[in-house]
Amino acid sequence: MSRVFIGMGTCGLATGAAEVRTAVEKWAAAHGMSIDITPTGCIGYCKAEPIMDVVADSGHRVSYSNVTPEVAGFILDEALLRKNFKLDGLLGQFKNGKAPLPGIPLIEEHPYFRKQVKYVLRNCGVIDPESISDYRAHGGFAGLERAMGMSPQEVVQEITRSGLRGRGGSGFLAGKKWDLAQKSEGTKKYVICNADEGDPGAFMDRSILEGDTYSVLEGMMIAGYAIGADEGIIYCRAEYPLAIERINKAIAVMKGEGLLEKPLKNGFSFALRVKKGAGAFVCGEETALMASVEGRRGMPRPRPPYPAVAGLFQKPTIVNNVETMANASHIMREGAESFAAMGTATSKGTKVFALTGKVANAGLVEVPMGITLREIVFDIGGGIPGGKAFKAVQIGGPSGGCIPAEHLDIKIDYESLKTVGAMMGSGGLVVMDEDTCMVDMARYFTAFITSESCGKCIPCREGTQRLYEILDSIVSPYSKMPDEEANLLRFNRVLNMESLAQVIKDTSLCGLGQSAPNPVLSTLRFFRKEYEAHIYDRACPAHQCKGLLTYTIDTNACTGCTLCAKKCPTAAIVGERKKAHYIVDEKCIRCGTCLDVCRAGAVSVA
Amino acid sequence: METQQQARPVGEVIAKYPKSREHLISILQEVQGEYGYLSRDSINRISEYLGLPSSKIFGVATFYNQFRLNAPGRIQIAMCRGTACHVKGSLNLLDTCRQLLGIEVGQTTKDGVFSLETVACLGCCSIAPAMMVNGRFFGRLDKKKVEYLIDTWRATGRVEE
Repeated sequence: MSRVFIGMGTCGLATGAAEVRTAVEKWAAAHGMSIDITPTGCIGYCKAEPIMDVVADSGHRVSYSNVTPEVAGFILDEALLRKNFKLDGLLGQFKNGKAPLPGIPLIEEHPYFRKQVKYVLRNCGVIDPESISDYRAHGGFAGLERAMGMSPQEVVQEITRSGLRGRGGSGFLAGKKWDLAQKSEGTKKYVICNADEGDPGAFMDRSILEGDTYSVLEGMMIAGYAIGADEGIIYCRAEYPLAIERINKAIAVMKGEGLLEKPLKNGFSFALRVKKGAGAFVCGEETALMASVEGRRGMPRPRPPYPAVAGLFQKPTIVNNVETMANASHIMREGAESFAAMGTATSKGTKVFALTGKVANAGLVEVPMGITLREIVFDIGGGIPGGKAFKAVQIGGPSGGCIPAEHLDIKIDYESLKTVGAMMGSGGLVVMDEDTCMVDMARYFTAFITSESCGKCIPCREGTQRLYEILDSIVSPYSKMPDEEANLLRFNRVLNMESLAQVIKDTSLCGLGQSAPNPVLSTLRFFRKEYEAHIYDRACPAHQCKGLLTYTIDTNACTGCTLCAKKCPTAAIVGERKKAHYIVDEKCIRCGTCLDVCRAGAVSVA
Repeated sequence: METQQQARPVGEVIAKYPKSREHLISILQEVQGEYGYLSRDSINRISEYLGLPSSKIFGVATFYNQFRLNAPGRIQIAMCRGTACHVKGSLNLLDTCRQLLGIEVGQTTKDGVFSLETVACLGCCSIAPAMMVNGRFFGRLDKKKVEYLIDTWRATGRVEE
């Protein structure tokens, strides 16, 4: 029987993986062959989705990109019937024990994968995430078994020795956290997996949960054994329906196999359940997350007491991110040494980044700590599409900062990112080119934080609102100022912007507030000129801030075709047929429709 | 999504949950899944069931972005406003939706067909800009594609499964 793998993560499905699957089924029926179709998670090369792998009779697995239903039939024709694997869209072949097929490159030699090190993501896109036997065949649950052969103290020591730091953003040593919880008194303890990936522009946790569900659950069981907890909760965003479905299925299978809710060795028994988040960015903060699990508004509380001492329902609790949990299961299987061998002095192992924005190869990349930003953006990401110039990378989401071109050679680890005013964050890497306005980015993040602030402490609730108003006034045109006083007030506010940002940073209660001004501070630090252009010249160099744009029609180039006038939603364009048209600036809402529709290229924006 | 006719009474929907506050968010999610939104009446029922003041329940329901207090349209458009989508121009697409539908974010068209909302991030940043419509993902959007999709849905009155 032939075997076919199809990447059916959320991004695969959104680009038509389900249609490809139907096409493969139809092809099999038409040729009287039985094909075993295995849906996998995301392999990370999202630009190439849908991805289909065909397994040859010899056992070699060959991967193809951008597969449409029509192409799928063609690939099957060639690969399965004619044994010809050299086709368009070829990504490469997987390594297996045998000699590789001649003339077909290895998939890890592909430019996108060459510099990557797959540690956490090793199984994503490779195994069937819903099959526990497939997971076992790839070494699954060996880590749990090894852990259960040790004492809980030894497990904590192993994790400490590996140097694993929390992958959720703050970078707290996982071993230290586990140690605190283990030493806390009490018979009831909890393990929480933070899968509330609220960071806009990040999807590492979704991919791990969808592509290698069992590794996260195994990590939670190891954590439970280490600290003496008997219950684990996965707090997952409701926006990830596929991930939730797969976790629930996996829990049911594990129950059926007697791994859960049944005493294992040493009397250790563990129960797992999913708690669906309801959409609040602040719930990524651990004390807010616990409040949400308890059924309350997700508001943080001051620490100490730390959750490891008094957490969920006042019991000792550890909260770790999805990637941390998955790492823990691999560390327990392969030992702390191989993990600690990767990375820099203070940051060990690998980190998964969601590489998105204005970059040719958007997707999920896993790189060893200590790699440079340049390697990620240009070698793996393939640089900026359309011949545009690189401007900055936004790392760490709304709490992080922008790193400009002059710091592209910075080594990625927790400490060095802080020196340039950014932070590791959970792993969002948004690339921006010359067409991105940095003031607009700062305003965007501040708007996000303003609406996500929980409202408990004043610096964050009021401060971010004021900060947003200042940024908004910077991108407003003079014509929108009600009087001259408002215009003067605008300058007055701008003068205080930096000190306001500093106050929010110093006095907020939780991590969300303390890092809220980071996007503003870091863009101010590296892109002050852009702010000045907005403030003094009322101009947006990147042509993004609508309020500061002016659309004009070149009367010499205009052919008078009337297309723009017809399409203009506010009837702001006047002119007779076959004569030059004009834009009435007061009526123009800067939607850009005229620029899009003009065939003569007569419309310009400045 | 289930329609109003098939909806079970609130009491029946929430009966499987133990009467403790811990389950409040799950109950609210279940009720919204059944009716599409949280009506004043359902909130009062939940309040009686859990023995919690309805003000507390409103407090939780308004804190989280997921909960809706008004009836949504049959076709619910959720435009992603994540960072990657923003960089790739999702604000302009949102404007396109607003103009085409004639409603603001958070509103429903008069005929009850469309409702428009934004979502912080759908987590499919690699195919940005993206939107979710009745649970289905649409990626790599541009203005033309959005116009085409909305026109199609307006003509058929539903989203293809």
